[in-house]
Formats: sequence, C-alpha cells, structure tokens
Amino acid sequence: MEQSKRKKRFRRLGDVWHRLRKNKLAMVGLVIIVILIFTAIFADYLAPYPYDEMHLLNTFETPSKEFIFGTDNFGQDIFSRVIYGARISLRIGFISVSIALIIGVTIGAICGYFGGKVDILLMRVIDIFQAIPDILMAIAIIASLGPGLSNLMIAVGVAAIPGYARIVRASVLSLRDMEFIEAARASGSSSARIILKHILPNCLAPIIVQATLGFAYAILNAAGMSFIGLGLEPPTPEWGAMLSSGRAYIRDYPHMTLFPGLVIVLTIFALNVLGDGLRDALDPKLKR
Amino acid sequence: MIRYILKRVLLLLPVLLGVSLVVFSLLYFSDGDPARNALGQNASEEAVQAQREEWGLNDPFLVQYGNYLKKLVFDFDLGDSYQSHKPVVSEIADAAPATLKLALLSIAFATILGIPFGIISAIYQYSIFDNIMMILALIGVSMPVFWLGLLMILLFSVRLGWLPSSGFEHFNQMILPSIALGAQSTAVITRMTRSNMLEVIRKDYIRTAEAKGQKRSVVITKHALGNALIPIITIIGIQFGQLLGGALMTEVIFSIPGIGRLMVNAIKSRDNPLVLGGVLFVAVAFAIVNLIIDIIYAYIDPRIKSQYT
Repeated sequence: MEQSKRKKRFRRLGDVWHRLRKNKLAMVGLVIIVILIFTAIFADYLAPYPYDEMHLLNTFETPSKEFIFGTDNFGQDIFSRVIYGARISLRIGFISVSIALIIGVTIGAICGYFGGKVDILLMRVIDIFQAIPDILMAIAIIASLGPGLSNLMIAVGVAAIPGYARIVRASVLSLRDMEFIEAARASGSSSARIILKHILPNCLAPIIVQATLGFAYAILNAAGMSFIGLGLEPPTPEWGAMLSSGRAYIRDYPHMTLFPGLVIVLTIFALNVLGDGLRDALDPKLKR
Repeated sequence: MIRYILKRVLLLLPVLLGVSLVVFSLLYFSDGDPARNALGQNASEEAVQAQREEWGLNDPFLVQYGNYLKKLVFDFDLGDSYQSHKPVVSEIADAAPATLKLALLSIAFATILGIPFGIISAIYQYSIFDNIMMILALIGVSMPVFWLGLLMILLFSVRLGWLPSSGFEHFNQMILPSIALGAQSTAVITRMTRSNMLEVIRKDYIRTAEAKGQKRSVVITKHALGNALIPIITIIGIQFGQLLGGALMTEVIFSIPGIGRLMVNAIKSRDNPLVLGGVLFVAVAFAIVNLIIDIIYAYIDPRIKSQYT
C-alpha cells in the first residue's frame, strides 16, 4: 500500500518532468541554473585568481587573454569576482527564500486552516507589510540591523514573507473544506498532522513556482541594495556591489559594469523562465 | 461610490498606523546613535547627550512613539530632519514631485507601449512580431533597472551624447530615467495583455460578433479588449507599486532629487525622522494608487460597479 503510493507520487513527478522537458525555454533556464550552481560550488577551481587579489600594475585592463572580463580599479580580475559572486548570490537567494518560505507558509497555513480571529489578526499584519514596496521594507530592516551578508538575507527574506503567506492561505482555503480533509479530521488526525500531511502537499505547486520566481527576486533585491550602497560592499564580490563600484568609471571603463550586469540578467532570466515553465508543467490545466 | 471611497480611506488608517509602528520600532532598535552621527566623531560626550535629550532619544519607546504620533495627528508634523534641521514634511514636499513625475511617466510609457504590443502579439500569435516581442519581454522582465539605467547612460549620454545622464528639471532629462524605470513594466504589461487577449478572443461571444459580420478592428477593440482590460489594469496597479520601489534605484543612478535618493541618504546618515516620513509617504502613495485602480475597475466593469452602490 505504502509502496504503491510512493510509486504514484514518482509517476506524478515523472509527468511533471516530462512536461517541463518539452518546454525548451525552461530547459535553457534549468541548464543555466545548473551551470551557476556548479560554478558556485567549484569557484575555487574555476576562478583563475582569488577574488580579492589586486594586480596593481594591471588596473582597468580591458578584456584580454589574461583577464577574460578585464580588471577593475584595484586590478582585481572581474571574471574571478563574477565566479565567486555566484556563490554569494545563490546563497542570498537560497537563504532568503528559505526564510520567507518557512515563515510565510506557516502564517499562510495557520490563517487558511483556522480562519477566524487568528486569520484576521495575522492578515492585518501582512497588510501592513504589503503597504510598502518590498525593497523599501528590506531597506528599513537593513537600517535597523546594519549592513552585512546575513542581515541582507534576513531583510530580503522577511520583506518577501507576505507573498508566500497570501498564496498559501488562498490554496489552503480552497482545500480546507474538501472531503478528504473532513475524512482525516473525522478519523481523529490532529490539526498539525492534517496541515502537514494532507494540505501542504496539495498546495506544493504554487509554492514551488513562487519560490523559483522569489529566488530571482531575492537576488535582484539584494543586488539592488548593494548597488545603492545599503547591501554588501567591496571587496565582497557581490554582483550588485560590483556594478556600484563600476558605475563611477562607466565613461572610460564600461567593461566593469557590463559583465556583472550581464550575469545578473542571465541568472534572473533563467530563474524566470524556469519558474514559468514549472507553473505550466505543474498545472497542465492552466497551460494554453 | 463616495461611501466606498470613504470606507477605504478609513480602512487605510490602521494600516498606516501599523506601518509607522513597525518602521518606528525598526529604527528604535537599530544600533548606532543618530545624535553621535549628526554631531560627528569629535563631539564631546556631553554635547551628544544634550542632543539626545533634545530629540527625546532618551525617553522610553512608548513615550517616543506617542509623541511622534501626537505631533503627526494634531499638527501634521513629522519632526525635523536630524541632518538639515528642516521639517521632514517640507523635505518630502520638495522631493515628492520628482518621484511622482518619474513614476507617472514610466507607467504611462509602459502602458502606452505595453497594451498595443500585447494586442498585436495576441492577434498575430506565433508570427515574427509576436516571437520578437515575447523574447524582448522576457529579457525586459529580467533586466534590473539599475543595470539598464547604466547601459542607457553609457549609450545615449556617453557615446552618442543625445541625452543628459543626470538631473530632472527639463523634459529631456526625464526621458532616460522614465524609459529605464518603465522598461520592466512594459514587458510585464505586454505579456499580460497578450495572454488575456488570447484567452478572450477564443470565447464564443467573439465568434458571434465576427459571425454577424462585425469589422475585425471593432471586435478587437470593443468586444475583446473591454473584457481583457480588467486583469491588465490590476497588473498596471501592481506595477505602479513596484515602480515606487524601483524609482529609488533610478533616482540614485540618474541623480534625481526625489524621495528615493532622500531616503537612501537619510538611512546612511541615520536621519530617522526622514526615513520614517519617507516610508509613510510611499505607503500613502501606494494606497492611493490601489484605491484609484479599484475605482477604475468600477468604471470599466459594470458588474463591479453595481456592488458599490
């Protein structure tokens, strides 16, 4: 019995994968993401130089054989910095999405399942967080916590909570009164067990899509905050911070801003098309 | 309708109260001393203490927050900036027009281009135009405003010398920032319009309209667009909110003296009253946009209008 259930779940995953594979654009996105993860893990081996090594005789070099993406104002190899930057951006994306996901899903599930006063109270709090744009909320949190990588991840993550909470709440609401949930309740399952075992697995699809797109959003927000000087600062090889330092030299040395920006666009693009592809693959009814 | 608007405004008050409480607490618990920051590292401990006393920073949290609210509600006073010593209200009033102009120009740009692009893409689905538009839209959605802004400065200001890269007084100074900020929204609106139009033009009533011999242009603009418009307007509203956040970056890139730049500088110098005032301003602007969107719904969709009266 348990085995057939598992088999069924695998078959469903197989279906999703099958549909996803037909979506060429999503596959391009997936390949880019895999390459990025690979780059982040093996940065030490892939980067020709340490990210903070200064070649003071070779400052502002345009791309060459020696420095593929050129060097910056300190003579640091931009290619190496972009490679190490993948580590930072992926970490920011992963941890801030995890923060938003855990808290957001918990709030959303509680609101949707229990309803009543708890729902009203928590949703009013969510309203407050949604009353100002994400990036502004993140900035206010950074203003409180101070700069630094972990604070940046917290700020970006917390600012994204409302999105997850709303999505999960809506899907839980649509499931709450279904018969199989009633059956579980009648057979004496606790609320926690019903939520974890029966409800959440059934609203996984929108959560996965939101998390993929949220990953892009987190990287973008973090880069933006570094760009305006409220995130990470050099010599940390964060892509947004690199853009920010390249900005002063854009007239004479545009390669300093070109390459970090290109990598940001590529990453966001890949996550966006993968997210869209997953949405279609997970919910074939929606596909037009 | 008026009752509905009044109700919405009343509902907004607790949200704004909450926003002020959240941000006030965040700033209250931040490390770093605004008084020390304002007076500089060389100021004596006594001078810093005196400054803290003057700004009420030594009071307990609730007293500080209470005083803040009291001044805000009774005198419409958001306090004075720690740095410029001018009232925050007048600082914001000086900076707001630039930000609002920037956001409005961007959303206008995005709507004027995005809706027609989306309609044409939908009518000629899978044509060359459609494919090019969809690829451009995908790139546009992934393009961060701060990078696009830099690229546009590089091309149009540095290389070609056509448009200025900073300032916000003349119209030619507004072109680059508005396009940079509006590009992403253009992409989103194009995609949304296309998918909604595609959904609507397959409906039976469109086939009926065509079958009775109605001109295609009328079917598209009158029958199809009218019904596709509601979700599109929702997206435009959401985009406008995003633009208020994106305006912050755009203002930094193009050196525009707006709310965003004001706030970034305020955060860096721990000018708490200015930060708080800025956040409240954005929250109010955001809420007004949402209200306007809801009112527009009612005008477009008679089904919604009937609910209000």
